[in-house]
Amino acid sequence: MLTQLLYIFLIVFPGTGGEICVSRAMKQVGEVTDFRPRAIARVIGRAMKVPWMWIGLSMMALGFFALLGMLSVANVSFVFPATALSYAVGALGGRLFLGERVTPQRWIGVLVVCIGVTLVFLGKG
Amino acid sequence: MKAHQGLRLKTYILICMMILFGPLGDVVLGKGMKHIGAMASWAPGDVFQFFFRTFTTGTIWLGIASLMTFFVAYILVLSWADYSYVQPASAMSYGLIALLAYFVLHEEITPTRWAGVLLICLGVFVVGHTHPRTTERDPC
Repeated sequence: MLTQLLYIFLIVFPGTGGEICVSRAMKQVGEVTDFRPRAIARVIGRAMKVPWMWIGLSMMALGFFALLGMLSVANVSFVFPATALSYAVGALGGRLFLGERVTPQRWIGVLVVCIGVTLVFLGKG
Repeated sequence: MKAHQGLRLKTYILICMMILFGPLGDVVLGKGMKHIGAMASWAPGDVFQFFFRTFTTGTIWLGIASLMTFFVAYILVLSWADYSYVQPASAMSYGLIALLAYFVLHEEITPTRWAGVLLICLGVFVVGHTHPRTTERDPC
């Protein structure tokens, strides 16, 4: 159980922090309006030149390896919902680090998601 | 108004791609990792063996390809939409994960866990009714 909690911590915090950094990088790249493969490749190329992208990817890689480790010891239908605690961390991070306006409606949605996550946790067979 | 609808439409399309390819990659990876089994110990030899087995398994690469498709959709949508919108909206994938785990991996899913999945979907529905973008284009 302790190992599973450690894995969840490693998936949630570095994973969510990494996604916030990636989000910041993509906002710097700018809104994508052309979805042809070449244009998408150019966007990815531009994104890879933004330092926030690399910081984010490194943190997400840590979360990913923790995910692989946890998948080898727990059921997939338990692992992914259990890691959804990252939604609360993500909403807070979006507000604090990305300056997003997290409205009460959005917070309510996140809260409902977290209750759902707790139920999924309790429902572990 | 048209621009607003266009923004929502392309946001929904990319989130749908995330919902489809994310769980698909996760389930395929799950199947691959179950096949490989747990790491014997944290000794360097065992760690190396574990990673070698992991990255020489075809199923793992199929899962990685799905997750890469997911990731491209993810970074594209983040170029305009809020992280606090995209992240919970993509939680719709939990419903799909539960279905795939039940029907493909034949895992047992308790009624409590189904209720949790339904609540997660309800939360996503609430978040989905907020505006996808609340910031200026460049936060830096």
